[in-house]
Amino acid sequence: MHFSEAMPAGFFSLAPWIVFFPLLGLLVNLIFGKRLPERAIGWIASLASGAAFVVSILLALSLREHAEGTRVLLAEWIHIGNLRLDWAFRVDTLSVTMMLVVSGVGTLIHIYAIGYMHEDVRFKGDPGRYRRFFVFFNLFIVAMMILVGGDSYLMLFVGWEGVGLCSFLLIGFWYDMDTLGRPSWANSNAAKKAFVTNRIGDFGFLMAAFLMFWSFGSLNFDEVFAQAPLLAQAMPGLVIAITLFMLLGVSGKSAQIPLYIWLPDAMAGPTPVSALIHAATMVTAGVYLIARSAPLYVTVPAAQYIVALLGATTALFAATIAVGQYDIKKVLAYSTISQLGFMVAAVGMGAFVAGMFHLVTHAFFKALLFLSAGSVILGLERGHHHLAHATHHGKEHDPHAHAEVFDPGDMRNMGGLRKRMPVTFWLYLIGTLALAGIFPFAGFWSKDEILADAFREGYQAVYWLLTIAAFFTAFYMGRQIWLVFFGEARHEAAAHAQESPWIMTAPLMVLAALSVLGGALNLPGLHSLTSWLEHTLEMVHPGEFIFPVAALSTVLALLALGLSWWVYGRRPLVAGQVDPLKQALGPLFIALENKWYVDEGYWAVFVNRYIALARWLAEKVEWAFWHEWFHDTVLVRGFNFLSQKVLHLRLDRQVVDAFFDGLATLTGRIARRLSPLQNGFVRSYALMVLSGVVLILGYLLLKG
Amino acid sequence: MTAADFSLFLPLAVLLIWATVLLIVDLFIPKERKGWTASLSALGLALTLFLSLRQWGETASGFGEMLRVDPFATFINALLLLSGLGGVLLAYGSIRRHGVERGEYYTLLLFSVSGMMLMAQARDLILLFLGLELLSIPLYVLAAFALPRLDSEEAGLKYFLLGAFASGFFLYGTALLYGASGTTLLSGIAQAWSQAGRNLFFLVGAALILVGLGFKVALVPFHMWTPDVYQGAPTAVTGFMAAGAKIAGFAALWRIFTEALPGLAPDVTPILWALSALTMLLGNLLAIAQKNVKRMLAYSSIAHAGYILMAFVPFGVPQVRDVALAAGLFYLITYAITNFGAWAVVSALERQAGQGLELDDYAGLGSKAPALALAMTVFMLSLTGVPPTLGLIGKFYLFRSVIEAGFYGLAVLGVLTSLISAYYYLRLVVIMYMRPGEPQPVANPWLNLTWGAMAILTVLFSLIPAPLFWWASQSVLR
Repeated sequence: MHFSEAMPAGFFSLAPWIVFFPLLGLLVNLIFGKRLPERAIGWIASLASGAAFVVSILLALSLREHAEGTRVLLAEWIHIGNLRLDWAFRVDTLSVTMMLVVSGVGTLIHIYAIGYMHEDVRFKGDPGRYRRFFVFFNLFIVAMMILVGGDSYLMLFVGWEGVGLCSFLLIGFWYDMDTLGRPSWANSNAAKKAFVTNRIGDFGFLMAAFLMFWSFGSLNFDEVFAQAPLLAQAMPGLVIAITLFMLLGVSGKSAQIPLYIWLPDAMAGPTPVSALIHAATMVTAGVYLIARSAPLYVTVPAAQYIVALLGATTALFAATIAVGQYDIKKVLAYSTISQLGFMVAAVGMGAFVAGMFHLVTHAFFKALLFLSAGSVILGLERGHHHLAHATHHGKEHDPHAHAEVFDPGDMRNMGGLRKRMPVTFWLYLIGTLALAGIFPFAGFWSKDEILADAFREGYQAVYWLLTIAAFFTAFYMGRQIWLVFFGEARHEAAAHAQESPWIMTAPLMVLAALSVLGGALNLPGLHSLTSWLEHTLEMVHPGEFIFPVAALSTVLALLALGLSWWVYGRRPLVAGQVDPLKQALGPLFIALENKWYVDEGYWAVFVNRYIALARWLAEKVEWAFWHEWFHDTVLVRGFNFLSQKVLHLRLDRQVVDAFFDGLATLTGRIARRLSPLQNGFVRSYALMVLSGVVLILGYLLLKG
Repeated sequence: MTAADFSLFLPLAVLLIWATVLLIVDLFIPKERKGWTASLSALGLALTLFLSLRQWGETASGFGEMLRVDPFATFINALLLLSGLGGVLLAYGSIRRHGVERGEYYTLLLFSVSGMMLMAQARDLILLFLGLELLSIPLYVLAAFALPRLDSEEAGLKYFLLGAFASGFFLYGTALLYGASGTTLLSGIAQAWSQAGRNLFFLVGAALILVGLGFKVALVPFHMWTPDVYQGAPTAVTGFMAAGAKIAGFAALWRIFTEALPGLAPDVTPILWALSALTMLLGNLLAIAQKNVKRMLAYSSIAHAGYILMAFVPFGVPQVRDVALAAGLFYLITYAITNFGAWAVVSALERQAGQGLELDDYAGLGSKAPALALAMTVFMLSLTGVPPTLGLIGKFYLFRSVIEAGFYGLAVLGVLTSLISAYYYLRLVVIMYMRPGEPQPVANPWLNLTWGAMAILTVLFSLIPAPLFWWASQSVLR
């Protein structure tokens, strides 16, 4: 890794604009948005994101000539003693790859969201949120760019927290209503869940950063990586601790076991959010983090193995759950967790290129799938809306027409959409094939590279886990296709579903093209991504195409698709029918439906315990013990006892008062005793005077 | 009698002549216009005060050393004349209401003031005795001034009998001193003492003079007359008597002992100590048992005599003597101001025939007449010695000088008796504010002026006591 400390060459100096453009967009919308029409807001946000994409492309072009990259200093930040942390952008092949994905896919989703949010706010009856959505969206791009562009773990963490905040804001975007627009706090609870779970991950990140600072004395990538091999030799335990704490952070952000549970709930956010944040970009931040920290991980193989195994386990685990889901977005959510597992397993094995490759292709086809799913959902919304108006016009006013519980995301309400929404169908199919890893779609190449690397590097367990996961992937995607697009409509809304407008489908077509052709990035033999990334990641080597591996995974994928046809396609589901797989698998499927009861388990093991502990602390310790007993009994009663019984009664009354009362009584008694002397008789007075004289004279005489 | 002599004598002479002329003028003033007499007497006092203050800073003797003008005399004279003015105010505000207004009242008051001034200025025992009698006899008459009232007559008679008894001691002491030194001049006696040395005649003579003057200022055990006379005499008289007679008595005491008998200090100091201690203790203790405000204030005035005497205890300690005496003079001002204020309030609450003088008659004053109650509170606090009142400053100077002289026991006793005094002073405050009642205070402008002005002065001088103390320390006998 050689970094030119000279003046940034080419377009490198533009690097800060990847942050400034979206920032500008968000400020414009924030300040002037109220007076701008809806479309303008959307296009300003999209242009801001698009400008960042253009800058990313320019940076990539410069990197072709100066592959070593550079560091672009924006502002000095923390300079204490030897510690130097700056707002500086690191422009190298790895970060620019991420920038391209984030801004490229981001821009497409921005454009898609112009159409989607227009209808979404219409259906949910709150057009005022349109502007807010795009402000959040641009803010997310800003934070994500800081995350991927940062030159130090601290700056990365700023972005890391920023995207976490945006995720929270956008999951809870409809914080006061559910997907049907009914008052509910479900979405804000989902947002909370995501945020809290991510905080646990952030704890790991922070611990890693603190340990790093403690052992390396720096958080800058270069300085840390330069010392990493030495430290790994001297104190391997410390580096393992750093990497594993970092893994905790990764499992939070990239939704791996054990912290993945927030991602399915995050589907509460509008679909573009699910596509951009919870599929294409933010959740891959963990993968990026491990890839970025590659010099650290390669020094400790033990940690690498744990990472790989964790990713593979997650991949399979999530893939099984996806089989049992009915919500179109939930299936994709578990699919995302599973695919992130592939990536984490890849970067864990040291197959950083494969991981990044899959990251990019996944961004394409998963964004495509999510957005298509959004198109499906809106299509159903339109159908439902149309239906409600039709009954309205038909004078058969049914007060329950609108109140009817209709979930446009539930695949059991769909069916036969292939005819109603042909464009969406084809797009969705492309995404499905890409995800299932069918030749020659993008997913085939990237997934195969991971499997090949696992096979070749001897990660047997990882290889088999991932292969089985790939089988399940193809199966649940096939299940989706049959359930959503084939058969007969199982709901009136599905029967009246309408195709989405071009502003939504156009970006999808671009994504579909990328999903088809994305594999070209790193075709076996060409290894263009490998040679691109090896400028940054020195340890990478071109992967080999291993035919048996590719053949096996392809056969399994096709088998899975066929199986799904046999279960769902052969005899299409009819309205009200139980999932055929449920009949076949019984309790096992119920367990899948219920996500292996992981959430329940977490509730039982952690959350309920935590709540019980919190309640115990609040009710018993804080209230009963501290407030009621300690304050009210010990302090108040004790104080009362001390003040009233001891100080007041004993000390004040019985000692101090008694003393002074006694003194007063004594004084009064003396006064009364003396009073009789004052008898009013002049002779007694004179006698008194005389006795005084006698006393004085007697004293003087006796004194001599 | 030379012109110089006469100029020394001028204020006193003017006052005496004014009083004599007023006695005649009063005959021509109709009964319902006795205000004229009061105004004229006040004018006379004011004129004398003016003349007296013109002597400030002068130090001279005249009439063969018998009469003296020095800062001490001027200070005492000013204080006495102001007390006289206070007496006139009190009287004019109350005696008509009490049905005892007669023109002679003011004349007698002027004569009494003349006697007091003479006591402050005389340097001869005979002249001192003359002053003492000139002070006393008008007071006897004034005490009995509420003639049809038996207690007033009783007060006058008691005061007269016991006063005569005490005068006898004074005279006997004078005789013994004369016998020992062959002269009645204070300077002569001092000279004789330094020649003859300590002998019994001096001691006994001095002791008897102490008794005679102790009676006037109401030191225990020569105080027995005080409560009866203070209670029986018209309140206006009591107020004047309590201030004036005490000031004059102490002035004479200090002059005699510092000028004639300074060598007696080792013998006399223990006696003074004992008298001061006894007076503070008994005065304050007995005040607690009182139900009548006038009697209570009488005992209070006895107790204060003890405090004032305290200043004279260290007169044998040269380094402290001047400071102590200054503290004493300062305390006289304190006492005079507070005393007049308190008696003015008593006067305002006293109804006809000596009614409204019980402590219980003050109940509810706090809500009925807030200003009056506040003023009385100020006086009570001042008498106790609580900030922000003059009483605190006075006691502070007193105790400080006594401690400097090494009389710690006396200082402690002074503090303790002040503590005891809080009991009955504050009881009055408690009664005024915390007990419901229907007091009927009189809103007489002259009384209002008296208690109002005194209350303001009590607080004001406590905040800026330095000028007063400077004046007092300039007026010390040297």
